[in-house]
Amino acid sequence: MIEVSQLTKRYGQTLAVDHISFEVPKGRIVGFLGPNGAGKSTTLRMLTCYLPPTSGGARINGYDIFHQSTQVRENLGYLSENVPLYTEMRVQEYLDFRGRLRRMDRATRRKRIEYVLERCWLTNVRKKLIGHLSKGYRQRVGLADALLHNPAVLILDEPTVGLDPTQIRETRKLIKDLGGDHTLLLSTHILPEVEAVCDSTIIIAGGRIVAQGSPDELRASRRMQARVLVECRAPALEVETALSRVNGVGRVEILSNGEADGQYVTAAIRAKDGCDVREEVARTVTQNGWPLREIRLEHATLEEFFVQVTANQAVAQQQEGGAA
Amino acid sequence: MIRSPVIARRELSSYFYSPIAYVAMTLFLLACGVAFWDDFRPGQPVAMRNIFEWMVWLLVFVIPVLCMGLLAQEWSTGTIETLMTAPVGESDVVLGKFLGALGFFLVLISPTLIYLILLSLYGRPDFGPILSGYLGIVLVGALFISVGLFCSSLTRSQVVAAVSASAVLFLITIVPWWLSSKAALSPTWRAVAEQGVFIRYTDFAKGVLDTGNLVFFVVLTAVFLFLTIKVLESRRWK
Repeated sequence: MIEVSQLTKRYGQTLAVDHISFEVPKGRIVGFLGPNGAGKSTTLRMLTCYLPPTSGGARINGYDIFHQSTQVRENLGYLSENVPLYTEMRVQEYLDFRGRLRRMDRATRRKRIEYVLERCWLTNVRKKLIGHLSKGYRQRVGLADALLHNPAVLILDEPTVGLDPTQIRETRKLIKDLGGDHTLLLSTHILPEVEAVCDSTIIIAGGRIVAQGSPDELRASRRMQARVLVECRAPALEVETALSRVNGVGRVEILSNGEADGQYVTAAIRAKDGCDVREEVARTVTQNGWPLREIRLEHATLEEFFVQVTANQAVAQQQEGGAA
Repeated sequence: MIRSPVIARRELSSYFYSPIAYVAMTLFLLACGVAFWDDFRPGQPVAMRNIFEWMVWLLVFVIPVLCMGLLAQEWSTGTIETLMTAPVGESDVVLGKFLGALGFFLVLISPTLIYLILLSLYGRPDFGPILSGYLGIVLVGALFISVGLFCSSLTRSQVVAAVSASAVLFLITIVPWWLSSKAALSPTWRAVAEQGVFIRYTDFAKGVLDTGNLVFFVVLTAVFLFLTIKVLESRRWK
């Protein structure tokens, strides 16, 4: 497990990471989300003992990142952001070197290398020079290296960057499989990835945690309810007034007034808490005799939430800067 | 420091993938060959003293090229992050890189053993000075590598690493030798100038094994290795 308390990193005058605390329970997959420059990579580098924290601390599997850094690194698999590798080495040779560095004996090394080569779809390039591999393959070599010693904790910095869609799917599946046995902290700015693989999410912006919880909790916390989209052929104004009068409807917004699309109007309806207004909306539309093309329930995306909280944070920081 | 042999092995094998190492090796051996050709003729003493002294001069420029990538490349490509997040210490890394480069250096000078065979085919060389000469060359090589490694740890640019290492080596090897040949030098300055690497080395080439000289090379090498470890650790102070 990973326990982080009041972790802080200051580079000169800039506060890159500002007293963040969180916990990743054993066997869980947690997504670490934030815009570029939010302090994600800095936090991960502190957790992997590459950079020391300015203040605060963290424990990985019970070991302190500052005082027991060797034990921490023994129990940790890390895929760093740009996946720096020795380009003059061959894939298998590189993994063998990494295994030796981790003092794995010959038999274990051989077994684990076979396992990770297969797991990361590298078997057909095992004899190739890393320098000749494409970005996607290098990414997988990095992942194989992180998994090599079967660590209890895995920290992956943007693991699916540079992969093609099939590989992204496979990698996410791999990550999901790893959860349970391993504790995973996964940084990303790809939102569907978080929804697809993570048990819970931590969103940071400007070096601070602005929200955390499971994707569902996050959506609920900001009252980002689902909305109903209706497409029908009728004058926009009439649609708006008629739908506003439907029981349970909170707000109606006309997304397209039908000028571009053969007079089909698209309206987005936000229902009041807990109401499913689809039936009533459909009835209203048919009662008015408007041809109905589509009616659909759209769940709020994490993306909207993300944009909202990080924007709030940026505004808050500007105000702080103005006050100071 | 248990892991340094693993790193040393990797460094050594990576030299054989590097074109620059082959170029440096070729130039070094060519230059040595030219010097030997000059010595290897009837009437000349059956010794390798000249060629040993010639080697020290060459190494001032060759070793910085061999060492420039050792750490500078790790910084510039970011592989240092992958390396240091494995359970290894700074001293493992520095010692491993040093031993790897020293290994390649031994490969580099080993073809010169042919001269020894040629000499013994056509004459009766005195093996004592030759043996001590080789010991000296290895010590000089180790010192130069530790300087090269130190310079490589300070920068991301391999060119800067090579040029600065050459400058330092020039300053501690050739400048003191040139100074000591000046007649109008005060005794204090002469004593300082005689601490130069080249002057210290000439004893080995002559066949004189002096404890002072041994200590000089070993201590100076250790100092530069220690400084390199501190530079690697310094990323933690920022």
